[in-house]
Amino acid sequence: MMRLLGALLVAAVLGMPALAAESSWTLEAMTPNLTDKPSLQRGLRLYANYCLGCHSLKFQRYERTADDLGAPHGIVMENVIFTGQKIGSLMTTAMPEEEAKGWFGAAPPDLTMVARVRGVDWLYTYLKTFYIDPTRPFGVNNKVFDNVGMPHVMMELQGTQREVCKGYEPLDIVHGEALIGAPRASQCLLEVEAGTGIYDEKEFNAAAYDLVNFLYYVGEPTRLERERIGAYVLAFLAVLFVFAFLLNREYWKGIR
Amino acid sequence: MAEATVKRPGRWTRFMAWLDARMPVTETVEYHATKYYAPKNFNFWYYFGALAMVVLVIQLLSGIWLTMSYVPSGAGAFASVEYIMRDVEFGWLIRYMHSTGASAFFLVVYLHMFRALAYGSYRAPRELLWLIGMAIYLVLMAEGFFGYVLTWGNMSFWAAQVIVSLAGAIPIVGPELMEWVRGDYGMSEITLNRFFALHVVAVPLALVGLVFLHIVALHHVGSNNPDGIDIKQQKDAEGVPVDGIPFHPYYTVHDLQATVVFLFLFCLVLFYAPEMYGYFIEKPNFEEANPLKTPEHIAPVWYYTPFYAMLRATTFPLFGLSAKFWGLVVMAGAILIPAILPWLDRSPVRSIRYKGAWSKLMLGLLVASFIALGYLGTIPPSPGATVAAQLFTIVYFAYFLLMPWYSRIERVKPEPERVTR
Repeated sequence: MMRLLGALLVAAVLGMPALAAESSWTLEAMTPNLTDKPSLQRGLRLYANYCLGCHSLKFQRYERTADDLGAPHGIVMENVIFTGQKIGSLMTTAMPEEEAKGWFGAAPPDLTMVARVRGVDWLYTYLKTFYIDPTRPFGVNNKVFDNVGMPHVMMELQGTQREVCKGYEPLDIVHGEALIGAPRASQCLLEVEAGTGIYDEKEFNAAAYDLVNFLYYVGEPTRLERERIGAYVLAFLAVLFVFAFLLNREYWKGIR
Repeated sequence: MAEATVKRPGRWTRFMAWLDARMPVTETVEYHATKYYAPKNFNFWYYFGALAMVVLVIQLLSGIWLTMSYVPSGAGAFASVEYIMRDVEFGWLIRYMHSTGASAFFLVVYLHMFRALAYGSYRAPRELLWLIGMAIYLVLMAEGFFGYVLTWGNMSFWAAQVIVSLAGAIPIVGPELMEWVRGDYGMSEITLNRFFALHVVAVPLALVGLVFLHIVALHHVGSNNPDGIDIKQQKDAEGVPVDGIPFHPYYTVHDLQATVVFLFLFCLVLFYAPEMYGYFIEKPNFEEANPLKTPEHIAPVWYYTPFYAMLRATTFPLFGLSAKFWGLVVMAGAILIPAILPWLDRSPVRSIRYKGAWSKLMLGLLVASFIALGYLGTIPPSPGATVAAQLFTIVYFAYFLLMPWYSRIERVKPEPERVTR
């Protein structure tokens, strides 16, 4: 019967209609590293300087962040807390929500769990794909968040990035594809004007990495502890199993 | 002085005698454990009843601790969950225990139910046992739903909105019924508060009561087994079934072993993949409930998706009633129809081992369609997916509705006299 079940399951799964692929900018992969404390500290600094003015981390406390990242309280008080809050306070923003709605159309969202909602690849790509778009209120648009309602706050670091689209490939005509219509997204690239940013490309990529790494930490600050304790729990259960197995075998010896 | 040689019983014996004179302690332990004779041929599928009890305990204990820090208010619910995750000592552990436990509960209950289907455990004289089990399943679904709403994440909010609005599809009384369920014109703090009361007091109370009845009924009729034969037919001189062994110690050590394996897998998820890639905790639920922001794609948690797929697969109005209403009927029907299984199965044998090809095929199709519907319920709707869901819905119902026919006409193998391995 199990073989029959298996065959039916395979048939059912193969028969499924494939998931419709979303046509959008390809996300750049990013692997967070929570043990890289310097990266997380740089991320915190970037967040405090470029994001915290508008985007709160209202479920997270300064103190916990400082302790987890190995940053002395004094330095955090001086360089991260600009609002006169205490070290034990939640990382809220001083921006009044009602006015923010008027300025941006919507209040800037809290970003405590943004890495858990959007995923790190999306965030990393998002930070890197702001480009000049004069039709937008803040003069910029974003490749993974179309018509984004915020300015490119890190433009001074990255420099001026523009979208450059190439013409049609002759290959398309040979294959009989349509000649009209907008160029495909894959044919468009983003290019930074040389010398317009404080950072070069490599440095900006590193900054974006640190910032996303930090947001990944803030999304679930207990992750490292969870994985550490988990190893002990699993080891304990593995040992317990040996005893449970032997106990069971001892009792069942005589049963046939 | 001959009487003096009679030895006075020990302290323990005297204490037990004192207890037994006032409450049936020894009698109860013997009836339910040390002299409860279970068939000796239980296999893998017989672990899940005990495991469901283990998960129930996990849920009750972690739930009590969560309640200590959870705030059931519109403004405070979501923040209190994150407070538990960050500021409460080991709060993350308690919360993940509870969220992983919810999925684990349904997993073991589905496997437990499959076992009953395969080995005909619902057949006479176990109809009432089966019906109590079905009641547990319904109550468990309610419990899971109410609890899911309590985190007040955006998916919780919108999924609850969708489910509660189903009541509105009922003709005539619908709209008012929906308002009565919510206690408000829309999903609000009032709804959250009543769901909290139901989730932490009313429903668990019913759940524990029903589980108690389930075990009382089981121990009265005795456990079924993979051969589906009655072990009480063959008794020894002392009236003990020859193929029976005392539940304690044999099955307690057996289940202990299984429990450790289960806990290992449970902890693997809890500590290393508590979100289970969005299947146990959905991504939009890390955003606070927002009545103005509908998630792109609303889907319930995996354990409801087979029924949700059937709801969505019902796309046509009938007799002047809306498709949504018929969707509700199909969904409710799919959930309730297993309850009448004892009266649908006309096979002369209980176990799938001795049933014919039809029963094996239909059970296989049932499992395949249930899993396929579960998957279809998680993906955004599309014309192809809807047709597939409609087909699988028909297959699902066919297992039940055609059973009186195929279980009677198929050729069955003879049942053995004694249990086999």
